[in-house]
Amino acid sequence: MKTISLQINGKKHQVEVEPEEPLLYILREEFQLSGAKFGCGLQQCAACLVLVDNSAQYTCVSPCENFEGKTIETIEGLRKGDKLHPIQKAFIEVQAAQCGYCLNGMIISAVALLRENPNPTEEEIKASLHKVICRCGTHSRFVKAVKNVSGYR
Amino acid sequence: MKNFKLPLTNRRSFLKTSGHLLIGFNLFPLSFCSTKETEELKNLYHGIPERPHKGREIIDSWIRLDAEGYVTILTGKQELGQGIRTALMQIAAEELDVPFEKCRIINGDTGQTANEGYTAGSNSVEGSGSAIRQAAAEARLFLLKEVGKEWNISIENLKVKDGIILGPEGKKKTFWEILNGKYLEENITGEAEFKSPDRHQIIGKPYQRAEILDMVQGKPHFVHDLRFPDMLHARVVHPPSYGSKLKSLDTSSIMEISGVEHVIVDGSFVAVVAKREYQAIKAWEKIRAISEWEKSLIKISPKVLFEDMKRNSAAPQQVEKHLDINSAIDKSAKTLKSTYTKPYHMHGSTGPGCSISLWKDDQLTVWSPTQGVYPLQNTLSDLFGLKKEQIRCIGMPGSGCYGHNSADDVSAESALIAKQVPGKHIRLQWMRDSEHQWEPYGSAMQIALEAGIDQEGKITAWKTQIWSDTHSTRPNGKAGHYISARHLENAFEFQKGGFSGGSYRNAAPLYTIPDRELLLHNYEGPLRTSALRGLGAYGNIFALESFMDELAKAAEIDPFEFRIKNLNNPRAIEVIQSLKLKSNWENRDQSRDVGYGLAFAQYKNSASYYAVLAEIHKSEQEGKFRLHKLTGVIDSGQCINPDGLKNQTEGGMIQSASWTILEAVQYDENGITSKDWSSYPILRTNNVPEVEVHIINRPEEKPLGAGEAAQGPVAAAIVNALSSILGRRIYDLPLREYFS
Ligand code: FES
Ligand code: FES
Repeated sequence: MKTISLQINGKKHQVEVEPEEPLLYILREEFQLSGAKFGCGLQQCAACLVLVDNSAQYTCVSPCENFEGKTIETIEGLRKGDKLHPIQKAFIEVQAAQCGYCLNGMIISAVALLRENPNPTEEEIKASLHKVICRCGTHSRFVKAVKNVSGYR
Repeated sequence: MKNFKLPLTNRRSFLKTSGHLLIGFNLFPLSFCSTKETEELKNLYHGIPERPHKGREIIDSWIRLDAEGYVTILTGKQELGQGIRTALMQIAAEELDVPFEKCRIINGDTGQTANEGYTAGSNSVEGSGSAIRQAAAEARLFLLKEVGKEWNISIENLKVKDGIILGPEGKKKTFWEILNGKYLEENITGEAEFKSPDRHQIIGKPYQRAEILDMVQGKPHFVHDLRFPDMLHARVVHPPSYGSKLKSLDTSSIMEISGVEHVIVDGSFVAVVAKREYQAIKAWEKIRAISEWEKSLIKISPKVLFEDMKRNSAAPQQVEKHLDINSAIDKSAKTLKSTYTKPYHMHGSTGPGCSISLWKDDQLTVWSPTQGVYPLQNTLSDLFGLKKEQIRCIGMPGSGCYGHNSADDVSAESALIAKQVPGKHIRLQWMRDSEHQWEPYGSAMQIALEAGIDQEGKITAWKTQIWSDTHSTRPNGKAGHYISARHLENAFEFQKGGFSGGSYRNAAPLYTIPDRELLLHNYEGPLRTSALRGLGAYGNIFALESFMDELAKAAEIDPFEFRIKNLNNPRAIEVIQSLKLKSNWENRDQSRDVGYGLAFAQYKNSASYYAVLAEIHKSEQEGKFRLHKLTGVIDSGQCINPDGLKNQTEGGMIQSASWTILEAVQYDENGITSKDWSSYPILRTNNVPEVEVHIINRPEEKPLGAGEAAQGPVAAAIVNALSSILGRRIYDLPLREYFS
């Protein structure tokens, strides 16, 4: 066991954990942040994405200690006060979900993309969502939702 | 989390409001809520008190109005991402004349809701929807009569708006005031009339799904997100292949792993329970590394599968009989004969199966993503020899399942483990390879078609032969249908059954053909199979509508015209004609770089009508193609929520495109080799086609199931488009080699 410090959604936390435990389980169990999901545990489906220093990263394999000193943002942290993030609004507007299991991966990928590139082309949007598995086939709505917020930083 | 409440047995908060004892159902922890949210949550509606289901014939079993001014709808159906919650609330709000926003809904829970079997076969709106509609209309009538008596007015002189009954001279009374906390225990008599569709204000309008607001914020929603204070995490180590038996496992070395509390070995059923989820996973990995198994081999290799089907199937079942179909075909002006195959397909849910069980004082409670809480209760009763009253199954949203996936197996397994660890909530989640390797697949199929046409292009005779394994092994009361029940020391036997129905779904052409025969050869194949979205309809329609294209070509008739010519069902014809217009067929790109393919079916020959045009382009990669666009038209009768219908249909189209282009379960003699997303790739965003869906709404008709309507036609449309651009017919799925 080791004490590690993690900065999550703007707050610093100290947790006593096995340093090799992947971040996903720490988020879900220690912090009750269950937005990031287990899909494969193999870095193949992107259900487990969070923002790490603004880029979308898998959390299902990488040990939690690798995230020390970095800024972690989860889907729960996107809403500021009672203001939803524009991507969240767009997903609601477009009703971009069926079962919704993939939504975390889709939303985190989209936010990471728009932070880096506020005006992505359709190809760039598709490419950024490509890593996320969606078995329900909601892809066209996800692309549409992201298109609707393009231009937003 | 406005309408997300869970019945909870160990953390109830009781509230007294106007004579009503209410139970707070909020299960999910508040620790990460902002102050504002916590405030909101405090002011939240707390839900209705739990009350056992009292029989389908009373209003209270479907509709409950509480003292807080809400309406709660109870359905035995599950939300699977198909938007059934919203559609059922729309139906209730419409017939009751209450605002949609006042409605809440409780899904399948053996402690509270009616037994509505499985949420399957696209029949939730037809089934549960009509029961709820009836109950709502009866509730409204009852309330009107109550007020009529009180005011001494005939109910013809009363109006209802937003749950308020309006009488002469400004008299008013709300539904909730009338009931004053009483239950609506009146019988559903059938006396109440439904609103006529031209007065509908909620049905037929697009309503947003309330749960999407929660999901975009990552709020707890799925069974995977449930947490209980004393909860332990479990993992099951499934055998390396079907029928393999555990030879040895040194459990003491597993118990040494930190956090591990129990290792359970019962025959070849192996599970581990630990404090933290990751500790359970580490133990699971170690068990896999050190356990020894007596391996059982798969004898029918993929290479010989279709030959074996023909050789080793049962004598054919005559679904449609004909005295001499062969001569009827031979008499025709032109005849044609083709054989098509489809491989095993996977449900491949994005999230693996998960469930939580608690075994306490001889009572078992299971939180499950099952499609049917009552069938689950039945089967668990068989598994444990418990009375049904001792088992409560509470349906929870899971990752989309599309049929019989791991949901029931994982529920039974968490219960098996909970029995060994009484008094604790046991959370079991499958690992990705278990999900890929152990879920029951959609059966491989082989379909041979023969037909004749006359000079005018009318089909005169048609013969269908199907070879298929069963499309339903749902564990409806029989524990042997759970894989792990078969692995126990005192193993339950698996009796397959469930052949037929699903296998020939949609095999009988809807076309007007005077002479026809339909033969089904039931086959016991090498892999575990069960219901996958559409069952046999996917394979049958793929074959039938591919063959229709071949026949149209032989008759030298436009594919739209050829189908219309051979139909006399006006709604079927209209769907096809409408697609022709919407897709701008007359002005299509006739260059050699684009291929089009049409297909049509009425799902189950009794549910939604659906026609689709696939458009395939040559890709930059030499000799390869891209699926550019799918345009569909659907007639589901009365449309409850047009956006919901579109969403579900688009999803079906993309999923079917994925099955058709990419998917086939891989295996060899040592077992299933499709064990993750790289060994079983599915369509991802870059390759997803543009999808367009048009709805023909028929408010005057009854609503028809739509969830599976697209699966078969999309396959045939893609194959027809590909065959047209290639200039030769493709008979076997998947089409991977042709796509870039
Ligand atoms: S769970 Fe991390 S990529 Fe699938
Ligand atoms: S909406 Fe179900 S997996 Fe994407």
